[in-house]
Amino acid sequence: MSREKSWKEISPAGVCSKPSTAFLTGDWKTFTPVRDLEKCTTCLLCVIYCPDGAIRFRSEAGKIEFDYRFCKGCGICAKECPTKAITMKLEKGE
Amino acid sequence: MTTQEWKFTAKEIAEKPDQFLSGHRACAGCVPATVLKLVMKATRGPTIVTEATGCMEVVSSIYPYTSWSVPWIHTAFETAAANAAGIDAALKALKRKGQLKEHVDIIAFAGDGGTYDIGFQALSGAVERGHDFLFVLYDNEGYMNTGIQRSGGTPIGAATTTSPAGKVVPGKLQHKKPITDIMVAHGIEYVATASPYYWKDLLTKVRKGLEVEGPAFLHVLAPCPRGWRSEPADSIYYSKLAVETCVFPLWEAINGQYQLSTPSKLIALAPQKKKPVTEYLNGQGRYRHLFKPQGKAILDEIQRWTDDRWAKLLKKCVEEQKT
Repeated sequence: MSREKSWKEISPAGVCSKPSTAFLTGDWKTFTPVRDLEKCTTCLLCVIYCPDGAIRFRSEAGKIEFDYRFCKGCGICAKECPTKAITMKLEKGE
Repeated sequence: MTTQEWKFTAKEIAEKPDQFLSGHRACAGCVPATVLKLVMKATRGPTIVTEATGCMEVVSSIYPYTSWSVPWIHTAFETAAANAAGIDAALKALKRKGQLKEHVDIIAFAGDGGTYDIGFQALSGAVERGHDFLFVLYDNEGYMNTGIQRSGGTPIGAATTTSPAGKVVPGKLQHKKPITDIMVAHGIEYVATASPYYWKDLLTKVRKGLEVEGPAFLHVLAPCPRGWRSEPADSIYYSKLAVETCVFPLWEAINGQYQLSTPSKLIALAPQKKKPVTEYLNGQGRYRHLFKPQGKAILDEIQRWTDDRWAKLLKKCVEEQKT
């Protein structure tokens, strides 16, 4: 934000009006989780433990999807995966 | 209180849409965020959330973004419980006037600063008045949001910026305040401790707390990699070790009747499974100084205190079984 907003532009009582899903936190990460589809048993523990809700379960397809737009690369999913199907790979800078 | 047991399966939880949304600005590996996400998965209907100032309030409501898809109110550090009491009174008034038919649950979130220290009198008062709400304490053992200061919830020996470890002082000198026992002493219907590693246990306890008509208190251990100076990936693992070493045993007290929850009950039945506290402390940077020769006395003290509290807890649970 470069310029100060006047009170007319701010929502009444400073109520937060936009969902935080519009704010992408994925560029914070250094390491990226990569899933080995052969080892994965879809136990869903990574979905449960992810602090950022960046791992989603698509029930109609029965698949787990990683949402790298929000993943902060903490590595909890790789650490807690019972079959060690997730590995943390260093992101290559461009 | 109903005796009905809920079955939370991983699939059901994974399918339920998040009520604590992605895009919040908690640090990488923040377990309090996992705790909030999981607690909101156990709601049973319309829910109003109120939150004291703290890490989770700051990261989830940076203007103009909000991470909450439920009605959510933030006020000052002291007032999570007072706010919940106000919401409860307002809902009762609306029901009396016939403007509200359905039941609305109230959850108050606060960190250890907002519960142990600053928010305590509001909590004690609201509980004494018997308002219908669930108070969830996510305990990351310090004021992490403002720069890792000590709180009433910081355990002995932990180095924080206001209890730094040096040649003279070995970190914090006082023990952690037994907040859950204090809440049991208030005579409320449901008090429990939970750990996010045992997520099913956590969700069941949240639901039990919501079902209670009157105040309920839930104490959740939430490792903070930034403040504990540990690896972000290990934070869930520490919430498991804390239970296995009996530093943070899991139990619930229904109408003052103590009973151990399954993960801790297994350790009570097979005492050889109880791990030494050093396994939990090792790897956390805040305890690093204890692993030098001069820190031995504090390590022994932590082990003694943990064993002592575990023995007392077992005694309470056994006494309840006899009666």
